[in-house]
Parts: sequence; structure tokens; C-alpha cells
Amino acid sequence: MLRSIFNRLLGMIVVMALVVTIVFVIVRVTPGDPAAVMLGPDASAADIAALRSRLGLDGSILEQFGRYVLGVVQGDFGQSIFLGEPVTTALAQRAEPTFFLTVFSLLIATAIALPVGILAAYKRGSVFDQATTTIAMFAASVPSFWLGLLFIQFFAVRLGWFDTSGYGGPGASFADRLNHLVLPALALGLVSSALITRFTRASMLDVLNDDYVRTARSKGMSEWRVVLKHAFKNALIPILTVIGLTAALLISGAVVTETVFGLPGVGSLVVSAVLRRDYPVIQGALLVIAGLYVLVNFAIDMLYLAVDPRVRY
Amino acid sequence: MAAISVPLHSEPNILSRLIGRPTSAAGIAVLVIIVLAAILAPVIAPYAPSKLSIASRLHPSSLDHLFGTDDLGRDVFTRMLYAARTTLSVGFAVVVFSSIIGTLMGLVSGYFKRLDAPVSRLIDAMMAFPDILLAIALVAALGATAVNVVIALGIVYAPRLARVVRASTLVIRELPYVEAARALGVPTPIILVRHVLRNVTSPLLVQGTFIFANAILAEAGLSFLGVGISPDIPTWGTMIATGRQYMDQAPWVMMFPGAAIVVTVLSLQLVGDGLRDLLDPRLAKDI
Repeated sequence: MLRSIFNRLLGMIVVMALVVTIVFVIVRVTPGDPAAVMLGPDASAADIAALRSRLGLDGSILEQFGRYVLGVVQGDFGQSIFLGEPVTTALAQRAEPTFFLTVFSLLIATAIALPVGILAAYKRGSVFDQATTTIAMFAASVPSFWLGLLFIQFFAVRLGWFDTSGYGGPGASFADRLNHLVLPALALGLVSSALITRFTRASMLDVLNDDYVRTARSKGMSEWRVVLKHAFKNALIPILTVIGLTAALLISGAVVTETVFGLPGVGSLVVSAVLRRDYPVIQGALLVIAGLYVLVNFAIDMLYLAVDPRVRY
Repeated sequence: MAAISVPLHSEPNILSRLIGRPTSAAGIAVLVIIVLAAILAPVIAPYAPSKLSIASRLHPSSLDHLFGTDDLGRDVFTRMLYAARTTLSVGFAVVVFSSIIGTLMGLVSGYFKRLDAPVSRLIDAMMAFPDILLAIALVAALGATAVNVVIALGIVYAPRLARVVRASTLVIRELPYVEAARALGVPTPIILVRHVLRNVTSPLLVQGTFIFANAILAEAGLSFLGVGISPDIPTWGTMIATGRQYMDQAPWVMMFPGAAIVVTVLSLQLVGDGLRDLLDPRLAKDI
């Protein structure tokens, strides 16, 4: 058990180190000098040199890498070029909308996916099963930003139920901010419910034919208890895995959805950073999000270890 | 992944079996129509793709303009046909490019035990980045052109293919005929190409179909954000991005290209599902 945790921890550290390396390399693949590219064609040589040193682009590539890693380990992701503040501050300030958007989308997705997936598996081959499987596949084919635009058009512009964009300004109440999150969370949640539904259905199908389910039935247990207590409990781990991974994917979906709805979150920060070539911000956001993904994965593996004695790493 | 199926010979009549499934057949039919429409765009299109007509700005659907006109009076239907060319080419190029990188990585880590750990960790690290986000960062670094979008998305999807290829390679390398080839002194590159690569084509084909679908969605997302293909080149994604500004007066400008994406991606998924059930029955339950 301890050995497994240690092995997995070691693996996670290696992956994290590689993530940092990839993030470092990405900016270096820019053709030409990133500082010159950022400042445009009219910049003076002195300006470019100054920006090079601010970006940590002076010295040999190994020195640069060493400095970068040292900074990251200490929680210093550098300075944003355009915002004039540390990248960590910029990210922290915009974490709230992204966090709530992710959480609400996940809640919506799970609230739809679990009952639908369980029922579809239970009534395998029925009209309900076929209809929901088709709808799930359809939902997985819809670009979330396009669905978001349709929602804005219908619910905000036509019906006037919600504001078309934004996060309610600086002094907005929590209820007001929630109101701004309804449409984006719906758009993102509906699209992501597809994957969880299909996974729930598949995991339930796996366990519904197992011996202990038949035993529970033969004991005269009520059907819903058989399905929820015996089958669902055993199907839960793969379902939790996919929910965890969906949470990580939602952060990426948030990048596009936030832009559609004008939410001042991490996603729109990244997009504006890309348009302004603010490399430290792009790197910082990539690091934080990939880091979260690695941590979620690690947590899921630990969960497996805790509940299934056969699992070893 | 509990079991990996390794078909030892490819089915000769896979296409006819695929057509035998109603959902896959529908997917194939729609895809054929879309590909033909893209190829025959100059023949089918009622107008030139960039023919401006200020007099007929933002006109709704009519007999003259099937899907209406955009902000510059250009025919939306015509532009969608031409956009299909770019969108489908980009999607296909992503599949080819990611297959090449993914297959190389998968073969190397699956066949050479010493290289397995480092390559696998690299795959893990690359998969830690959400697809759109890594693509955005790569396009930001490389520059926003269609070729760079293909490179970026190719790099993003390569690890998924690498995992599939690695899993199959791990099984195949232990099979008696591979061992026999090794014992006979057949050079490793030949073993890899003739014996291993041949047998990973099925899972590659299945994954490739899904990556095609994902690449179309991702390209649309990048173009929509303005960090992908230039807005001057019509793709379904750039058309939605332009149409967005006129959403209130002329929703059709963004609705039809979006619907085209949905139909294409759905068809690809239907075909992918069918392929998976036929070629990889034991994987059919996953995802």
C-alpha cells in the first residue's frame, strides 16, 4: 500500500516536471525572438533587450530553464507584460468565475447524466435507452460556444431572462453573479453531460449482470434497492473517474465559454493573453490547469487504491 | 484498459459490414454528401464565395439565398460549401499528422522496454493539458495560420493515438510470430512495420475517426476565439465568429455553419462507434 502510494507519487512528480518543461519549451518554439514579436516591428533594440531580460530570455537556454524552474517551484510564475502584475495575482483574481462555472457545469452534467445513464442501462434496448443514447451523441457533437450563442440569443435577447454577458460588475451581489452563470453553466453542462451519461450507462451494464445483483434480486429485494444500493455502488468508481476527468476538461471548455459570455475568468484571461502575446500569463495558466489535472488524476488513483485492494501501482 | 483486441487479419468487407448497421450507414451517407459538396463547391455554389453585394446585406433565407446572406452580402450557403473544404482538410490533416507522431511514440514505447517509461511519462504529461488550451498556446507561439493549427492540434491529439498504439504493440510484441521473426534475425524496423504496425491499424482507424470529429470541434473553437485560422478564410468556425456580431439581426449567419459542424461531427461519431464495435468489440464498452 505505502509502496504503491510512493510509486504513484514519484510518477506524479516526474509528470509534473515534464509539464513544467513543456510549458517552458512552448514559448521557445516561437519563430524568432519572442520579445521582438511581442513589441512589434517599431520597437527599439534597447526596448527589446529590456523585455528579453524581463521575460528571462537572457543567458543560455539552460540558465533560462534553471531560472524558470526555480521560480515555479517557489510559486513565482513571472510578471504579466500587459497587466503589470504577477501572473499568480492575475490568475487568482480571475479564479472565482472559472471555479463557479466549472462547479455548476459539473453539477448540471452529473444531475442529468447519473439518472439518465442508470435508467438507460436498466432498460437496455428500450426506446428510452435508444433515445437518450442518441441525444447524448448529439450533445457531444455540439460546439459548446455555439450552443452558448444560441442560448444568449434565445434566453437573454428574446426572453430577456438573463443578462447577455458579463459577471455583474465589481459590486454585484452573489445572487446577481449567480444569475450571470446560469446560461454558461447550462451550455457547458449540457455538452459535458454526454460523456458522463455514456460512461454511467456502460458501467451500470457491466455490473447489472453480475452474480451479486442476481443474488440481491433472489432475496426479494426491491428493484430500486438492487439497482441503486448493489449495482450503482459497484459501478461508482469508473463513474467517479470520468466525473473527475470531466471536471478537468471543463476548465478547458471554460476557456471558450467564458469568452462567449464575457465572464472575466481564467479562460478569457488566457485568450486575451494569446491575442496580446503575453507569454508569462499563457505559461502560468497552462501550468496551473495542467497541474490541477495531474492532481485530480493522482487523487483518483489514490481513491482506487483505497477502495479496491487488488489495485497496485 | 482490461483487454486489447488484436485482430490478426483485417476484415476484407469492413465497409459492407459497416453499411449494414443503420446508424453507421446514415453517418457514412451524410459524410459522403458533405465531402462531395466540398469537392464540387465551384459547381454547386450559386455565387462566387467572396462576391460582395452591399445591397443584399443580412438577407434572410430565400430562394435566391438558401441560407441567407452575411454582413457583406455574401451568400452563406456558398461560403459554407467553400468553408467545408478548409474545415475538412484541416480535420483530415490533423488526423494524418497526429497518427504519424502518435504511431511513432506508441511503437517506440510499446516495443522497446527501455524507452517505455520515459515515453509513457511524456505522453502522460502531454495529456495533462486540456486540448483547446494546449492548442491555443502552441498556435500563439507558432503563429495563427492554417498549417500551424494543424501542427498544434496534431501535437495535442498524438498522445491519445500513442496510448492506443502502445497498448496494442505491448500485446503483439509477445506473440509467437514476432518472436519467431526476431529469432530469424529479421531487422527490428522490418518487424515493426510488417508485423506490428499492420496489426495496430484497426484501433488506429477507430481513434482516427474520433480525432477527426474532435479536430473539427477544436478548429472551430480556435477560429471562433480568433486564435486560429484567419477570419478571411471561410471555415465553419470563422463563419460563426463573424456571424456572432450580427446575431441579433441575422441569426442565420452563425446558425447554419454551426449546424454543419454538428451534423459532420455527429456523422463521424456514428461511423467511429460502428467501426469500434466491428473492429474492437471488447473496447466497445469504454467511453
